[in-house]
Amino acid sequence: MKADRHTEGMGIIVKTVARWLKGFILLYGIYLVLYGHITPGGGFAGGVVISCAFILLTLAGGENHGLRFFPKTASSTLDSMGLLLFLAIAWLGTWWLGGAFFKNVISTPEQAYFTLFSGGTIPLSNIGLGLKVASSLFLVFTVLAAFRLAMDAADKDEDEP
Amino acid sequence: MIEVLAILILLSVIAAIVAVETEELLPAVIALGAVGFLLAIIFVFLAAPDVAIVQIGVEVISLVILIRATLGRDTKPATPRRRIFGTIVGVAVVGAIGLFGVRIFTEFPGFGSPVMDRFVDAPSVTYLLDGLSSVGAPNIVTAVLLDFRAYDTLGEATVLFTAVLGALVILRRKARVHGDKEEDGKK
Repeated sequence: MKADRHTEGMGIIVKTVARWLKGFILLYGIYLVLYGHITPGGGFAGGVVISCAFILLTLAGGENHGLRFFPKTASSTLDSMGLLLFLAIAWLGTWWLGGAFFKNVISTPEQAYFTLFSGGTIPLSNIGLGLKVASSLFLVFTVLAAFRLAMDAADKDEDEP
Repeated sequence: MIEVLAILILLSVIAAIVAVETEELLPAVIALGAVGFLLAIIFVFLAAPDVAIVQIGVEVISLVILIRATLGRDTKPATPRRRIFGTIVGVAVVGAIGLFGVRIFTEFPGFGSPVMDRFVDAPSVTYLLDGLSSVGAPNIVTAVLLDFRAYDTLGEATVLFTAVLGALVILRRKARVHGDKEEDGKK
């Protein structure tokens, strides 16, 4: 019974509500990442919210339902890509006109304050961090869930000699 | 202000004691989650909304992971009286959280206006005065995290990466023990 709940998910009410809510949660996470330099939020918080959307899908619809939206290879690739993007921005500071590590190389004109395209490299770093945090947290969740499934299977084997 | 903080800290201490002293795993995990959410409310009252958002997100995820890891291990089935009591407590807690939410949302400034420019005598006033002109980002917390102190954020991201790597390596081996056993049996 419990193994069914892990592989097939919960009832139809939970599945329907999760289907309606996933877009809004994703939208809020993306908003937190993209507007992190203007309003409270940022790459870390936004990434956590984005991974929450996929975790909700996994809990409501079962392991394979969540993994269909965000496969394990994609999440591990995005995890590395996010960190590499963040490092590349840091390295851009040293490379561009002999600056320093993490120098903010893109200057912001005064009329661009409080708009989306301001803050130099900060929005780019936010996007990198958001990708990294979202995919790595979802990866940890799926790995732990797979661990649980294997444990349950081992328990069942012990019960049936 | 200080009374509200005292009540919140007292509640979180009580929840922490419950988490340590209770004998079953699931109530302990839930009490630990209560400590985290109270900490998030304290952060909001201390005018740190960025930290509160991160705290709530991480708390929800860690709570879900821990409940998923402990659920069904040693839980007692609920008797009807326990179920009624649980429903009443749940409704009361959700209502209290809703009241806190209404209070906090009425205190927030409007959409798009920075939340930090209300505190004039804070020690970070230099960052507030010079941060926008030197970085170009109105949210000074993000500016500090990703520009003034970006090294710390790089270390944080590396720690998370290493943690994920460790979890993948260790738990994958354990998850494959079942398959390996079958293969050994065939041999």
